[in-house]
Amino acid sequence: MTSASTPEHGQLAQALADGIVQIREATTSDQLRTVVSALTGKKGPIASIKSSLGKVADIEARKELGQLVNDALAALGVATDGRSRELRAAEFSSQIESERVDMTEVAMSANVERRLGRMHLVTQAMERLEDVFIGLGFQIAEGPEVETDFYNFEALNMPPSHPARSMWDTLFVESDVDGSVVLRTHTSPVQIRVMQDWPPPIYAVMPGRVFRKETPDATHMPVFHQIEGLVIDRGITFADLAGTIESFTKAFFGPGFTSRLRPSYFPFTEPSAEFDIRRHDGTWIELGGCGMVHPHVLRAGGLDPDEWSGFAFGFGIDRMAKERHGINDIRDMYSDDVRFTEQFS
Amino acid sequence: MKVLLSILREMADLPNDPDAVALALNSLGLAVEEMDVVGVPIPGVVTARIVRMEKHPDAAKVTRCFVDAGDGEERHVWCGATNMQPGDIVPLATLGTTMPNGMEIARRGILGIDSEGMLCSEVELGLSDESAGLLILPTDSPLGVSPFEVLGIEHDVIFDLDLTRNRADCWGHLGVARDLAAHFGVPLRGPRIAAASSGSNKSLDVVIDAPEQCGSFTISYISGASVGPSPRWVASRLAHLGMRSINNVVDASNLVMLETNQPNHAYDADVVSSFRIRLANEGETLTTLDGQTRNLHAHDLLICNGANNVGVGLAGVMGDLHSEITDKTTTLAIESAWFSPDPIRYSAIRHGLRSEASIRFERGTDPNAWQQTAERFVTILRETCPDATLHAGATVVQTASCPVPVSVDVSVKRIEALLGVRIESDRIVSILNSIGFVTTIKGDVVTSIVPTWRPDCTQDVDLIEEVARHFGYDNIGKTVPNSTVHGRLSNMQARRRILRRVLVGLGLDEAMPSPFLAAGDLATVGLPEDNVLRIANPLVAEESILRTSLRPGILRSLKYNQSHRAPQIGLWEIGHVYPKSDQQLPDETEQLIIVVAGGDVETSLAQWNAICDALSVGTQLDQSRIPAGLHAGRSATLARGKKVVGVVGEIDPLVLDILGIEGRVSVLEVDLSVILNEEPKPVQAKDINRYPSSDLDLAFVVEDSIPASTLQRALRQAAGKQLVSINLFDVYRGKGVAEGFRSLAFRLRVQGVEATLTESELADLQKACVAAATKAGATLRA
Repeated sequence: MTSASTPEHGQLAQALADGIVQIREATTSDQLRTVVSALTGKKGPIASIKSSLGKVADIEARKELGQLVNDALAALGVATDGRSRELRAAEFSSQIESERVDMTEVAMSANVERRLGRMHLVTQAMERLEDVFIGLGFQIAEGPEVETDFYNFEALNMPPSHPARSMWDTLFVESDVDGSVVLRTHTSPVQIRVMQDWPPPIYAVMPGRVFRKETPDATHMPVFHQIEGLVIDRGITFADLAGTIESFTKAFFGPGFTSRLRPSYFPFTEPSAEFDIRRHDGTWIELGGCGMVHPHVLRAGGLDPDEWSGFAFGFGIDRMAKERHGINDIRDMYSDDVRFTEQFS
Repeated sequence: MKVLLSILREMADLPNDPDAVALALNSLGLAVEEMDVVGVPIPGVVTARIVRMEKHPDAAKVTRCFVDAGDGEERHVWCGATNMQPGDIVPLATLGTTMPNGMEIARRGILGIDSEGMLCSEVELGLSDESAGLLILPTDSPLGVSPFEVLGIEHDVIFDLDLTRNRADCWGHLGVARDLAAHFGVPLRGPRIAAASSGSNKSLDVVIDAPEQCGSFTISYISGASVGPSPRWVASRLAHLGMRSINNVVDASNLVMLETNQPNHAYDADVVSSFRIRLANEGETLTTLDGQTRNLHAHDLLICNGANNVGVGLAGVMGDLHSEITDKTTTLAIESAWFSPDPIRYSAIRHGLRSEASIRFERGTDPNAWQQTAERFVTILRETCPDATLHAGATVVQTASCPVPVSVDVSVKRIEALLGVRIESDRIVSILNSIGFVTTIKGDVVTSIVPTWRPDCTQDVDLIEEVARHFGYDNIGKTVPNSTVHGRLSNMQARRRILRRVLVGLGLDEAMPSPFLAAGDLATVGLPEDNVLRIANPLVAEESILRTSLRPGILRSLKYNQSHRAPQIGLWEIGHVYPKSDQQLPDETEQLIIVVAGGDVETSLAQWNAICDALSVGTQLDQSRIPAGLHAGRSATLARGKKVVGVVGEIDPLVLDILGIEGRVSVLEVDLSVILNEEPKPVQAKDINRYPSSDLDLAFVVEDSIPASTLQRALRQAAGKQLVSINLFDVYRGKGVAEGFRSLAFRLRVQGVEATLTESELADLQKACVAAATKAGATLRA
């Protein structure tokens, strides 16, 4: 191999060195483009060396020179890219400066132009409860809000004139037979509909709107919401009820919360209980009622109490929303007043 | 229902610890709503006699009292009361005493003369909420002792129980004491009985003409009574339990009822010496003890004087005013009956008269409590009438409706299966025995005779509950069922949640107005009112109609917000409507409504497009069917062929004017029972067409009467499978376009299916589109 120094070698080295300087000295992108096209164009110094390659007789020497030409062009390319980025950065920086905005100002006008809507607090609470119960293996059942006496009372172990019916202040709907149609006073009628329609085993919660003949005040509304749970399976026990209430308590309120059952009375469950939730600070929230589904109710739902057993529980949804957000007057929650709604993002 | 710790502790050796008793009550299902400590003696307050009184010339409103507290020392006290005179014995709070309200009695001077204590009223002693002046004590009271002791005021605890409907027995202290005694493992004594019946046999005639309503009627005869004031402790206990002291006889009757749960009535046996129990005659009247004359109903049960068949009491509810005992009464006929619960309840409701007696009878009393009741009655009466004698041979008449003890079987295995905990048979037996059940065991089965004071226990689950209650709910344990069911939302529920999120994303707030409407609300918004259901017993007339549309409610909410300076508001509601049907129940469906104040027809159409996109549904816009109550020129029906799915557009400006709503209001209503229940199939993917596409921009002049959709449909058909998308990008009316016409400019993006479209293919496609548009009545705009 020879690396004889030919005149072409010298010219190439010189052209490369000059070119790099010219590229470095370009002060605008336009000037850079002009410089580069002069250097690497058909009439440029490199091109003229390239065109004289044919005159080199020695094949090896010609190859070597050809390689050097390519290397020089590559070196100029690298230098050009570097300088170009520097020049464009400088040029954009002035554009960036001229486009500067006050982000806090834009944030404010962005808020005014468009905000997301809000779901009602009761709907939010209902969805959160549903999600927790879905996580515990429950499905969700729904039923009509206008109900027959049969589903609202009779099937729930309250035959006509049963004194326990007075536990609910009932709103009646005008019908051909007086008192046969009611606005459901609780979500419990859905229990019966589910037992009739779904083959067991049943693990269902039933959220929904309920009605009582009650004058609105800070803690009562004639129209409010409950969620009901029903489990029907083989071998379901009172201990299962207590354990399910406990699982729900921890899943919904948090791991530091516990639950307890106290004896109570409902016509549709026996044994019956109230369930309370213990807060971190040791105070108790009285949440709702529960119990083992009464054999009469199982039969009304078309199930054999010797084969199936189950439990049910229920509580108010509105109160959950009220407690969560520290609402003093439940009527505010039903005012549809955006001044109230807007607080809850 | 209020119970006193003092009475409970007379009946059983319960802990003298109110908190422990309250905890036990709660764990037994006898929920304590409130606990009040009463009659706590105040150290430092003593009885004192007013020796003399003086007025000070410079102090008109106060009197100088000189008192003797029995220690021979004369104390000077300033006093602002006026009801005392020298010689009276009054409570004196000595220096250093801390009063119930926290005030400390200190040496305090008026006009430079010190007061050495304070003379007290009932209010100051915490005995009453009001008083007219100083508490004047009996003249024979000893000096220097606690006035609480003088008055026989007991230090006591009142538990206010929120009793459940099943525990009829706990309307008497005895039932509560029985549960507590079992809980604490102590024997139940029951009320103190001083003497069994001792007098000569004395029976009165009793005839029951209404055997279904009256199961048992007993009369016990007491002689040697004289009517006068009650002992202080009786009056005090009654007051704590919410009853007024009347006289020793009436008070004994009431106190015995509160103790044993047996309502009873004392007649003057010289006035009423025989009884007839019959149904009232329509039109018959009776003046009850409260002074009201009652028009009786044929279903009211009446207790009559056997001599003249005239009513002396509305059975189970209230006695007759004219048959009350008097100052001259010396013999008493004590009635203790068992009445059928339902007739008593209806009587009480009919007469708007829930008495202490009716509350107990309608829940079910113990037909066998009469004897204990009579014995306790005379025991109390003897405190004021030492000669009072209960005669043997009480009259007891029972009919077929009188409850008899029932026998209930429950197996040990069944208890375990239902509770999820193994309770041994001897434990079960001991629990049931401790609350009065009489049990025998045979193999796995426990047979119990249910005591007659527990009418709620009729089947095995009732007994299982009793066992669980006394075993302790907390001791049963917590397990989780082994479920094979998977938790999930149904398709409809999942789609409803998507819808809610789309609505929130559109910047709309959820409203929840009342589903009750006033008459005329539907007509006001232009909707029919002939298919509504009415509430038979509404709270107020304005809320007597069940809605058949969400529109009146949400427009009211919109108006409300507009009048509170929130003019730009968008609201939605998802809720039920209840139109009348030919079935027993209404045709109840779930609906969606959206209204936007300041929104127009484009607002509501854009919302509908977003919903269709999110839920993969679609409908036709049918402008030939104008929805009721909507702007006739700016609304359409959302249709699926002949089926109506909803309406879209703007609210009729006349409706807005009537409601006082300013500006336009866009509206969208959708029947969710249709669109949420659909289950769109997953869209199947097509390969990306990589051939270059071309745009054809075509503007047509079209008469206003021809819908844009007609033209769009024609273009779509003409472009065929090469069409990628078609968009209306310009609508122009005005110069160059004749009146009654508008220019509609569409951009069609087209693309070859198997190769790039050639120039000539593109030209052919354009020609075909123009031809189709022309056929549809449009003219290509030059």
